[in-house]
Amino acid sequence: MKNVLEIHSVTKRFATQTAVENVSLEVREGELFALLGPSGCGKTTVLRMIAGFETPTSGRILLGGTDIAPLKPYERDVSTVFQSYALFPHMTVRENIEFGLRRMGAADIPRRVREALELVQLAGKEDRKPNQLSGGERQRVALARSLVLEPQVLLLDEPLSALDPNLRKQVRTELKALQRRVGITFIIVTHDQEEAMAMSDRIAVLNKARLEQVGTPSEIYLTPRTRFVAGFLGAVNWIDGVGVRPESVRVADAPPGNGARSIRATVAHSLFLGNCLHVETRLADGSPFVAEVSRLNGTYGPGQQVHLWWNPSDELKPEA
Amino acid sequence: MNRLRFLFLLPARVFTAVLFLVPLAIIALYSLFTRGTYGGQSPPLTLDNYARLADPLYLSILARSFWLAGLSTLLCLLLGFPLAMFIARSGRRRHLYLQLVMLPFWTSFLVRTYAWMFLLRDTGLVNTALQALGLIREPLPMLYNDGAVVLGLVYGYLPFMVLPLYSTLERLDPSLLEAAADLGATPIVALARITIPMSSSGILAGCVLVFIPCLGAYLTPDLMGGGKSIMIGNLVQQQFTTARDWPFGAALSLALTALVMVLLWYTMRRAGDHIA
Repeated sequence: MKNVLEIHSVTKRFATQTAVENVSLEVREGELFALLGPSGCGKTTVLRMIAGFETPTSGRILLGGTDIAPLKPYERDVSTVFQSYALFPHMTVRENIEFGLRRMGAADIPRRVREALELVQLAGKEDRKPNQLSGGERQRVALARSLVLEPQVLLLDEPLSALDPNLRKQVRTELKALQRRVGITFIIVTHDQEEAMAMSDRIAVLNKARLEQVGTPSEIYLTPRTRFVAGFLGAVNWIDGVGVRPESVRVADAPPGNGARSIRATVAHSLFLGNCLHVETRLADGSPFVAEVSRLNGTYGPGQQVHLWWNPSDELKPEA
Repeated sequence: MNRLRFLFLLPARVFTAVLFLVPLAIIALYSLFTRGTYGGQSPPLTLDNYARLADPLYLSILARSFWLAGLSTLLCLLLGFPLAMFIARSGRRRHLYLQLVMLPFWTSFLVRTYAWMFLLRDTGLVNTALQALGLIREPLPMLYNDGAVVLGLVYGYLPFMVLPLYSTLERLDPSLLEAAADLGATPIVALARITIPMSSSGILAGCVLVFIPCLGAYLTPDLMGGGKSIMIGNLVQQQFTTARDWPFGAALSLALTALVMVLLWYTMRRAGDHIA
């Protein structure tokens, strides 16, 4: 598939710190790509450099094969959905959505605005002001305002963070469905690994200004290249340099003797989580080891001696 | 609670009543009196003083006052807006810049006006320097005209424009301007469509704060206009001093107050409609 966006060895230094260090990425046409990492990892700076709000200290950014370094934000064929949505409070929903079309001198503005409103299911609210809308509706106005321009790449900065937690799961499904329908490349910045995995075709994990790994959700979850990626994507037990995810661990009364790796442990306590049983154990050297097992397997009390085992193929073997 | 509120508001109420409403009532009463032969004022009550306001001479002075105050307000806005925008975007330095804007208040307005006169008069610093450089032969007439009055008013009231503008621009969310750029707006378009409309309350407040004192200005036209560029404030002052016609002076100043209040009420109502 063709690359719509290429980032070549981009570094961004601010006065007191390096926000992005030698990052290279390729984003394919029509995919939903996530920039994932903890706060301060540089993911938002990458997004802002693509939009043109920041200038790379070094490196190149190609959009559709062309270096966009000389282009101002208002000349770039990308559009941003801001974390705070940044809707113009003195304009109606319609005026907000028309804003970019008018700048482009587009034809047939009323039809395109109507279609954009229908796409995000806001038909009938075009004469409201942003402060008369709910958080979810505001987000959809921000989406429509960018989508209506049909940019080569749509940039979304923490698109779900301002929403009510109950709404997030629903909106992430809708957002992904919307992306499939319009076929525009989305680049999403998020610090929430579950959100990134649930929505994205591919994920780039950043940490401390550097790119750690790029891959599909299952690739980075099952074969993390670094200990950071392994730990950031989900819980890991570390033993002799390899990682074991709690859900890969089984708990038994006796060694399994089937070629699986096993280790003796003492149950510290177990928590009933509804969908699984969270069993925290201590190994002989006192280090913690967690297993998440089906609640159908029985219960485990504190002090109980158990054998933990897992398949060697489920082990995570990061290089660094 | 209400009792406490009453007690706390009492000093301000007494202050306003004694020092504002009572003098205003006295002025209102004087404006209805008849002028004595040798000055002074006494009954019978009459509306003649107000009838005299319609004199074309006075109307033309009123019109001039509106024109000079309006022009000064416009210039303050044109100078103050970029300045306020610059200060609002200056990060940690903005407090320093605000102090500099307010620095002139540390000196008497009268002294500052005299300083301008020293600069602008025929034998002043500017003319002397230009002549010494051979750029002009005769001194430029920079003082004692409308231009000098407007200069003095703009200089004097610019801070009253900058401060309210700054306070609205400082609160303007920078991501709105980024969003505008992102949607294809050049800086000029973003200024016209986002920054200016979103700071309309500051623009309005600044214009009111500059226009009203300019309209009633007395010191600046008196000193820098040199009696040739007379405004309504000077007319009022003349009635109370050289003309010794307190009833007419009182009528003039009450008429000006009423005019300003109507104007203010209308502006605020329009602004209210606009914001709602």
